[in-house]
Amino acid sequence: MNSNDHYNTQPPHLYPAYKSTILRSPTQPFMPVNELLKDLSLPAFGESFIGEFDNDLTKNARKNGEPIGERIKVSGKVMDEYGRPLPNVLIEIWQANSAGRYIHKEEIHDAPLDPNFLGAGRMLTNSDGNYMFYTIKPGAYPWGNHFNAWRPNHIHFSVIGHQFEHRLVTQMYFPGDPLFEFDPIFQSVPGHARELLIARFRMDWTDADFALAYEFNIVMNGKAKTPFE
Amino acid sequence: MEKLRQTPSQTVGPFFAYSLTAFQYGYDYNSIVNGSIIGDHTGGGQIYITGTIFDGNGKAIPDAMIELWQADTQGNYTTKYPGSPTPENQFRGFGRLGTGTDPDHQFCFKTVKPGPVNGQSPHINVTLFMRGSLRRLSTRMYFSDEINEEDALFSNVDATRRHTLIARRKENNGSIEYQFDIYLQGENETVFFDV
Repeated sequence: MNSNDHYNTQPPHLYPAYKSTILRSPTQPFMPVNELLKDLSLPAFGESFIGEFDNDLTKNARKNGEPIGERIKVSGKVMDEYGRPLPNVLIEIWQANSAGRYIHKEEIHDAPLDPNFLGAGRMLTNSDGNYMFYTIKPGAYPWGNHFNAWRPNHIHFSVIGHQFEHRLVTQMYFPGDPLFEFDPIFQSVPGHARELLIARFRMDWTDADFALAYEFNIVMNGKAKTPFE
Repeated sequence: MEKLRQTPSQTVGPFFAYSLTAFQYGYDYNSIVNGSIIGDHTGGGQIYITGTIFDGNGKAIPDAMIELWQADTQGNYTTKYPGSPTPENQFRGFGRLGTGTDPDHQFCFKTVKPGPVNGQSPHINVTLFMRGSLRRLSTRMYFSDEINEEDALFSNVDATRRHTLIARRKENNGSIEYQFDIYLQGENETVFFDV
C-alpha cells in the first residue's frame, strides 16, 4: 500500500450497497477548494451553551429513575493530523437506547423506548482536546437497506472545530461487533481505515464498579497550513 | 513526525433531529443553534434564505440537515459565538435546520445579507448532511442581485454551472427572500467543493 492509500481514509460519496447513496450522491467532479475556503474559520461555542448534564446521557433525560442498560464512559482526544490537541471543539452525539430504539418520531423499530433516556449529548473539548461522555451502550437495530439489515452498535458524532475543514460527522463503533461485515455504512470506509472508527476498550479507564470505558480519538481533516510545511 | 490518519466520515443518518435540531422538531432538549442566524436586535435588513434539497429523482429530501455560515453586514465573521460573551447585536453567523418539519421539506433561515469579505462577492457557506450521504457536502450561495463574476471562487466555476450557486431574490408580502434550491444530481446539479 502506498502512502496515498494509507491516508485515504474517507468513504466514497457513491457506495451502491448503501442504497440511499444512489440518488443522493453528486455525479459531477468536486471543485478543488482554493485558499479562500481553507482560511475560513468556524464559530467558537462558549461554555455557556453547555448544560450541567449535557455530557451525561445517563442523567440528562431522567423522569422517574435511571435508564436501563450497560453504563459506559466514552472519552478521547480531538486532534489535528499532527497530533496537536484541538481545544474548545463542539462535540454533539446521539444514539439508540440499550434496546436499539431511537427516540426519533419516524423510527418504527419494534423495541421499547426508555422513559429515562433521550440519547443526545454535547460538550466542548478542554484545553488538552479531551472530551468525556457517560452514556448507555446502544443496542443494534434493523433498518430497511436490504432484507434483515442490522446496524452494528454505534454512537453518532458531530464535531465542529475552528477551521472550515474541521467539520466532521461520523459514527463510533464498538470492538468485535459481529455485524461489521454485514453493514454497508461501515464497509463504505476503505478496509485499512475501518479500525479508525472502532473505539478501544480501556479497562484502565473504567470507573471501578460503576462503568466500563472506551476510548475514541478523532483526527480532523488537515488541509490547513502547519508549522511543518 | 508521522502524520495521523483522519477519522473517516459516516452518514448523519435519519435520526439526528433530537440531538442536532431538537428545538425545531419539538424534542425535549435545548438547541444551541437554529434557523435564526440573527437576533432580535441585529440591524442591517432582515432577509430569508429558503430552499429545497432535491435528490436524483427530483424529489424533495425530507431528512437532510443544512448549516449556513456567513459574515455579518460588514463582511466580518463572528468567530466568537454568542454565549460568552454575547455580541451586542446578537449576530450569530451560524445557522442549522433540518428539512423534516416543513410540509414541503423546505428550509427557511432568517438572516441579513453578508457584506463582501476581502473583495469577494457577498456569499454564504452551505454545508449539507443527510441519510444517504457518507460525507459532508459543501457549497456556496451567492445573491442574484449582486455582481458575482469577479469573485475569485465564483469565476473559477465552469460558466455553465455558475447558476447553481445563485439564490434568486423575490419579495413576499414585503419581506425579502432569496431562494436557493440544491440539486444533488441532474442537469442543474449544484457545484460542490472538495473540502
